[in-house]
Amino acid sequence: MKALLENRKALVGLAILAVFAVIAVIGPWIVGDAGEFVAVPLAPPSLAHWFGTTGQGQDVLAQTIAGTRSTLLLGVIVGFLTVAIGAIVGTAAGYFGGWTDELLTLVINLFLLMPGLPLCVVIAAYLPSGSATIGLVLVVTGWAWSARVIRAQALSLRQSVFVSAAVVIGESPLRIVLLEILPNMTSLLVTSFIGATIYAIGAEVGLEFLGMGNIGAVTWGTNLYWASNDVALPSGSWWTFVPTGASIALVGFALAMINNALDELSNPRLGAERAFVRATGRKRLEIHAPTPVLRTVANVRR
Amino acid sequence: MRFLLRRFGFYLTAAWASVTLAFVIPRLMPGDPATAMFARFRGRLKPQALDSLRAALGFTHAPVWKQYFQYLSHALRGDLGVSIGYYPATVGSVIAQALVWTLFLTGLAVVFSFVLGTLLGLASAWKRGGWLDGVAPPLLTLLGAFPYFWLAMAVLFLFGFQLGWFPLRHAYDDQLTPGLNLPFLISVSQHVVLPALTVVVVTVGGWMLSMRSTVINVMAEDYVLFAHAKGLPEMRIVFHYVARNALLPNLAGFGMALGFVLSGSLLTEIIFSYPGQGYLLIRAVKSLDYPLIQGLFLTTTFSVLGANLLVDAAHVWLDPRTRG
Repeated sequence: MKALLENRKALVGLAILAVFAVIAVIGPWIVGDAGEFVAVPLAPPSLAHWFGTTGQGQDVLAQTIAGTRSTLLLGVIVGFLTVAIGAIVGTAAGYFGGWTDELLTLVINLFLLMPGLPLCVVIAAYLPSGSATIGLVLVVTGWAWSARVIRAQALSLRQSVFVSAAVVIGESPLRIVLLEILPNMTSLLVTSFIGATIYAIGAEVGLEFLGMGNIGAVTWGTNLYWASNDVALPSGSWWTFVPTGASIALVGFALAMINNALDELSNPRLGAERAFVRATGRKRLEIHAPTPVLRTVANVRR
Repeated sequence: MRFLLRRFGFYLTAAWASVTLAFVIPRLMPGDPATAMFARFRGRLKPQALDSLRAALGFTHAPVWKQYFQYLSHALRGDLGVSIGYYPATVGSVIAQALVWTLFLTGLAVVFSFVLGTLLGLASAWKRGGWLDGVAPPLLTLLGAFPYFWLAMAVLFLFGFQLGWFPLRHAYDDQLTPGLNLPFLISVSQHVVLPALTVVVVTVGGWMLSMRSTVINVMAEDYVLFAHAKGLPEMRIVFHYVARNALLPNLAGFGMALGFVLSGSLLTEIIFSYPGQGYLLIRAVKSLDYPLIQGLFLTTTFSVLGANLLVDAAHVWLDPRTRG
């Protein structure tokens, strides 16, 4: 955790994320009812309405803030559930091996191959629209990505000495998976969770944009749905869709940065090269120079 | 050959699974499509019509396994039923028209983005720590964080509505007759620029980063060092020794990601009213055209399976070990 706070990428990511987390928690109380008609429709940004108004005369800033909570909450829940299912399927396949593994890998690969959006739409078309439906659909279509990486890791941990020892002692498979295997892939679980959350937010916004969510609620996806349906583009009202899109991108970018930083921590080579090049003042590493593993390179100056 | 046959077997299983899924999903859900449509046309349909509607959608009173085999035999013959939104056109004919445009747009954008991303990844790994290596990854990560359709909206707004450089919607000018004539081809290429550009911008970063990391691993291999020791020209080492080997894991990832990329490009089509599968999908959802929704799910899945088969063929061509 301390190392994470010393990493520049992680700091940027955590800072952005913290801002959005605060907005998500207190935002809805500050802005009140974001669906309220406040001014002339499609008014450009002004002092009274910093981000202008929508095609229905609602305040864009208020809508962006109000949408933060529901969007992020659903994203985190879906991210957690996909990793949970991925962990169950992945460790089962990796631990038991044999035909269990063959069968589960087949199912994982099938779900990986199917294009997510059409599958989402097929399922969502038959269910009452709302965030519960969207969450369910995203979990069904998204779990295979985490299952795949977790299976690979579980497979290699299964061969490790301490797992063999536990098997010899006669521990139950459930206990081994919970106490020996899962704790040893914490960093993988965390990065999969972050990756799954990025996917969930993007896909959720996409589905809501198509009008498959509850279009009466205020979320980032429905904001964009209304922006594209109320002549916002032809009339030049860029402010109706830019704030929401920028928020989505910032959250996604922040999560990706944290993931990159975690990768660098578990694999020190990744970040070391640039630090080395900068410290030695060279243009680039020679092709055959070994990857520097030192992080502090103050004493390697020319 | 054995490799390709095994993969082909897997794709057949996948095809069967998706056909079955399209059958099972509507039957797992509360209610059935016929009742939903009936409710939508409040009062304008006679109760007797409900039964014929059910029959048309394959929801008969026959036992489920009988329905399933009937459905399978229809699907095998390519008979996907009749579209409700485009009645009396069949689902097959409606989709066939749209599929051409999706394959054109997505194929073009995906191949271009993969080639560009791979080359960028190769270049940035070859000169690790150089300026390209410093600037491109964070920039492309940021661009990749935008949802496809949002970037499509922004691009359409800027280059379409504000600057007027490119046409706003559809795949070609309505006043032209489709065919192999110059004005039509020019119009088609003008219309494809913006949608393709958005797909490329969002996806190129992913290809670049994964290529970069595999290239760095391959560069540490002994055979690359040996190639240097032999005094081979640098270009030859880059393309014949490093790139060819680094491409293999990337190609496998390419196949896996195709479904994801296709989903995004369907959303892009909707923004640009590009007459492909995505545009059709949103029309089908809005008009509760269940046969069409199912048909679109099947054809998009089959396109991804077909594309993966091509990727496997490329794998065999690049990697002599799979030819055994």
